[in-house]
Amino acid sequence: MTDVVSSPAGVLDKPARRDIGIKRRYRAERRFRAYGIAALSFGLLFLALLLWSVVSKGYTAFQQTMITVPVEFSEQIIDKDNERATDPQKLMTANYPIVARNAVAKALGVAENDTAGLRAVNQMISNGVRGQLRDMVVANPQIIGTTQTVSLLAAGDIDSAWKGQINLDVSEDNRKISDQQVGWMKQLAEAGALGKHLNGGIFVNGNSSRPEAAGVGVALIGSFYMMLIVLVLSLPIGVAASIYLEEFAPKNRLTDLIEVNINNLAAVPSIVYGLLGLAVFINFMDLPRSASLVGGLVLTLMTLPTIIIATRAALKAVPPSIRAAALGLGASKMQTIFHHVLPLAMPGILTGTIIGLAHALGETAPLLLIGMVAFVANYPTTPMDPSTALPVQIYMWANEAERAFVERTSGAIIILLLFLIVMNVGAILLRRRFERRW
Amino acid sequence: MSTPLILLVLAIFAIVCYVVGTRRALAIAGGLSSRLHSRQGYYGAFVAICATVPAAAVLVIWLIASPLYINSTIHDGFPEEVKAQSEAQQGLSFGMVNSLARGMDVLTLEEIDAVGANPAELRAALGAKGVPLAGDPEPWMVASAGDLNAMQKISNRVMTAIVLMVALAGAGLSYVRIAPRFRARNRVEKVILSALVLASSIAIVTTIGIVMSMLTEAGHFFGRVPAWEFFFGTVWDPRFAAAGAGAASDGQFGLIPLLAGTLYIGFVAMLVAVPVGLFSAIYMSEYASPRVRSIAKPLLEVLAGIPTIVYGFFALTSVGPFLRDISAQIQGIATGEYANFIQAQSVLTAGFVMGIMLIPYVSSLSDDIITAVPRALRDGSLGLGATKSETIKKVVMPAALPGVVGALLMTASRAIGETMIVVLAAGVAARMQLNPFEPMTTVTVKIVSQLTGDLEFTSPQTLVAFALGITLFAITLCLNIYALFIVRKYREQYE
Repeated sequence: MTDVVSSPAGVLDKPARRDIGIKRRYRAERRFRAYGIAALSFGLLFLALLLWSVVSKGYTAFQQTMITVPVEFSEQIIDKDNERATDPQKLMTANYPIVARNAVAKALGVAENDTAGLRAVNQMISNGVRGQLRDMVVANPQIIGTTQTVSLLAAGDIDSAWKGQINLDVSEDNRKISDQQVGWMKQLAEAGALGKHLNGGIFVNGNSSRPEAAGVGVALIGSFYMMLIVLVLSLPIGVAASIYLEEFAPKNRLTDLIEVNINNLAAVPSIVYGLLGLAVFINFMDLPRSASLVGGLVLTLMTLPTIIIATRAALKAVPPSIRAAALGLGASKMQTIFHHVLPLAMPGILTGTIIGLAHALGETAPLLLIGMVAFVANYPTTPMDPSTALPVQIYMWANEAERAFVERTSGAIIILLLFLIVMNVGAILLRRRFERRW
Repeated sequence: MSTPLILLVLAIFAIVCYVVGTRRALAIAGGLSSRLHSRQGYYGAFVAICATVPAAAVLVIWLIASPLYINSTIHDGFPEEVKAQSEAQQGLSFGMVNSLARGMDVLTLEEIDAVGANPAELRAALGAKGVPLAGDPEPWMVASAGDLNAMQKISNRVMTAIVLMVALAGAGLSYVRIAPRFRARNRVEKVILSALVLASSIAIVTTIGIVMSMLTEAGHFFGRVPAWEFFFGTVWDPRFAAAGAGAASDGQFGLIPLLAGTLYIGFVAMLVAVPVGLFSAIYMSEYASPRVRSIAKPLLEVLAGIPTIVYGFFALTSVGPFLRDISAQIQGIATGEYANFIQAQSVLTAGFVMGIMLIPYVSSLSDDIITAVPRALRDGSLGLGATKSETIKKVVMPAALPGVVGALLMTASRAIGETMIVVLAAGVAARMQLNPFEPMTTVTVKIVSQLTGDLEFTSPQTLVAFALGITLFAITLCLNIYALFIVRKYREQYE
């Protein structure tokens, strides 16, 4: 383009053109476009940052440092007076941490009368070995008096140090493990006794105040119960409600009110549902606190509007010709809907349901109010038992101060995100596979 | 029989009824289903419905009514001196009787005899069975508990009998009505239709439940604390709920600092989300090639699928410390003194992370609205020589403005109701100040902190959460209704 003002030479051989600022306008155009790209990149950048920060902090949670040493199940310590035949409590209450400590001390060559040394050794192994060794002995009492090679859980700080999460360059007073312990750690590692193993415990263990023994097992069961309740209640109720509103309801004030109401319920803050659950289910109906039943009911109420909106869209998408054909062949209205319209709308309904479930799975706030922030270490057997949920477990761990819990929290988030990814991918595949364009 | 067992029996009975009814209908028609008014399955379904629905209704009514009746009878049977006590005291006694009754179910007859009338021994025996008692039971409590157990047993037996009888009667009565001209389908469809109506009324019931439950509890709260002190109070200092202490009214429950924090954090979040979301939407709907769009749009929507607790954790462990450290560096370079002026938990941290969470809401809502602007408007503008950006700025956006404003209002209501990010990243100090680098707190944070841990439903410290909840509900409801109103009005213009 020629800019007349800036190139007087052009005036001579070309007819005069008005300056319409085309360069400026094109610059503005490019700038505007760049803003768009910048905004999009900003959003995607933070998506990447978020995922990267979670994964980089959390992938180590799926590994656990173990100390593999020969453990002598000394009868002297476990059952000095040989009472185990008469008193079954004896094996449950024996001092297993001492057994583990002695085994590690022996591997390190710490003398048995070196009290300070033994205490330092004891700090290197997790208190979780109590349960670990107890379970071994109770399952097979014959091993008392023998020596077995066992992989003992290392303490959280040793675990963090071995994974390189504790800066060992700072002075000894400012970190949680001593130089002596670092030396032992290296000594054990050179002997091949200390190393990282796959951490199955994070999937099956209950909550624990010790990061190395804490897992999301209870939370997974609780979340599973809740999802089951949400699915069983919200899918039939949601579908029934949408069928009525979409196919049968007369257009009057009342149905209009229900419509507006459902749209509003979908936008009510989730914490309000928690208050509802607390006041109605726990205070009024006297259902147990912390139970996954109450959690499931609250999440059902929260998910219903989502499912209703998705189902109505799916029903609307079925063309009227299908209905006309069925009615024309003599089917009743009910038969038309249940035999023809509903099956054709099913992929859309299921997609909406899965997305609603995924949302419910990640919901935390209402569950906090109905008491699911309980410290639950035992597996719930029924939905009435105290339980916790995966996102609530994440919240509880996020509030823990210990360094090793940051890793566990990120690990739990990875598990949660994996579930969500599976559900959402499933929904997308379902839509791709079955959705019909009319 | 226990309730689940009765339900199971009813379910099996329903299947039997369905099969029997279907066969009967076919037999009456002489094996030719064309002689029947409805298809044979409807006759079976009719019998099954008649057998189970009234029976189930009786069961539900009984389960609700009988404990009420039994409890009031037991309560009437309390000795006079107990009745003279306060409500709370009577409640405690009643709880004791309840646990006693539960415990005596566990004990065998011999054990009850062995313990006899000695309350301390009874308590020990029950404790061994895993039913702890709050105190030593008094003799009248033991008697009451015995009555309670006896009445519950009778009630259960009568209920089982009545429910099963109703089921049998329903099945019998409907069975004899089966005839070729009987309109079974119409009956069954009527039942189905009423089930559909029932399902859709749940939405209304939920809303009523939300409003009623919160109004009642908030009403209790306003009975203790005057409403104007709550809505216009500028100090939030609820103190702790001291059990039984009369000092409960010492706390100050001012909504203003919480509301200020909520709006401030929401404002910061919108400051991040609105430009980024809008420009992303414009770029994706007007500029991007279908390929870029098909990748970028779902990716951006992943942000909406991530649970808010994950954002909260991200704010707590990554964004907060990063802002704190970077502020220390900046301060250090500017003044030579390395001190952070941004707190790790601050309005900025919470607002920024919440803004990222809101980007997909803004972008996908506005994307839909921008795409809905008719092609002809764009073509007209481009044909007159406007550049694309000018078309967007001068033609598309003004046309889409009402819808976009509606979308922004909906997003704002999300920002106000958001909980987990602010719980983890905004801090708990209820203060009124304007520095975005300092922590502030929000309505949702206080609802959570007032309601976690042990609670009793009598102290204003607990009840205030419901007053906060109803405020939150009212604000978001107004925003949403207004947004819906704008969006609906806008739609009418082009359709």
